[in-house]
Amino acid sequence: MKAPAHFAFAPCALLAAALLALAAGASAGAASEPPAAPDFTRADLAGTPIKLTEFRGKVVLLNFWATWCAPCLIEMPRFSQWQRAYGTRGLQVLGVSMDDAREPVLRLARQHPPAYPLIMGDAALAKLYGGVYGLPTSFLIDTQGRIVARYRGEADLKGLEAKILSLLPGADR
Amino acid sequence: MIKGFAGFIRLASRPLLIGLLLCSIVHAAHKPAASISAAALVQPAALVAQLRDKSATAPVLLQVGSRALYDQGHIPGSRYAGPAGEPKGLESLHAAVASLAKDTPILIYCGCCPWNRCPNIAAAYDELKARGFGAVKVLYIAQDFGADWIDKGYPTESS
Repeated sequence: MKAPAHFAFAPCALLAAALLALAAGASAGAASEPPAAPDFTRADLAGTPIKLTEFRGKVVLLNFWATWCAPCLIEMPRFSQWQRAYGTRGLQVLGVSMDDAREPVLRLARQHPPAYPLIMGDAALAKLYGGVYGLPTSFLIDTQGRIVARYRGEADLKGLEAKILSLLPGADR
Repeated sequence: MIKGFAGFIRLASRPLLIGLLLCSIVHAAHKPAASISAAALVQPAALVAQLRDKSATAPVLLQVGSRALYDQGHIPGSRYAGPAGEPKGLESLHAAVASLAKDTPILIYCGCCPWNRCPNIAAAYDELKARGFGAVKVLYIAQDFGADWIDKGYPTESS
């Protein structure tokens, strides 16, 4: 039984509307409160449970990607670099693979191990975030667990890095 | 100073080089969507009009991207046929068209990535043509399914 989109997506409508207000790379305006990042728990590729709210107090870059997505593969090495450079300052990158199967993800992770955990995503997780209908898509979550920016398509990495740095604990705002 | 600068360039460009290497591996394995002739392309607005025209015969609609994208939202009546850029996806595509006559109007779409980066659409198109399907059209999705279909309010259903 297939549900019309406007009914199926209704539970996420508020979040989706809030996310629509976040232009790519732009922070939320002062007038509107950034939406809370929906919590979830998923096992990483090694089987270790990862709960999003356990990263509270850190800046989280939640990156939806896939092994067959060329722009995603451009971004990932840079995300690893940031994780190594800024991890001790409070950055946590989390990769969500939208591949249909684990095998290609495991293979890529073996060949080019990222410096951050990877989990397998699906439609349910994507819908939690208002829908991820193209890759890559990334969400920037501040230390209070709020989504402050959404990046659709290949991100402006320079701008994204500057945004991350501005959100890290102790950064001048 | 020069050595330091060179070292800086090496350090700064390493992730980009790795990314480009990974990207080139993916690209090398996939035929670009730009290889599909313009005559085979259908614009989203034109498909919407066709779907709304009850007197028109709708083509068999096949989504040739990933399951996670299809399950979130797809064109009403379309079937998941698997990511054609992967061997398993091609097997799934074969199964999806196995019972169809060769002159069946088929429209395939993906929308996982920007048109020129899509690993699935040209692979699916070429495969169907190679198998003798003579009425294959391709939905032109410039950016992705979200930007070019969902955001425009076009009819969508989810699994």
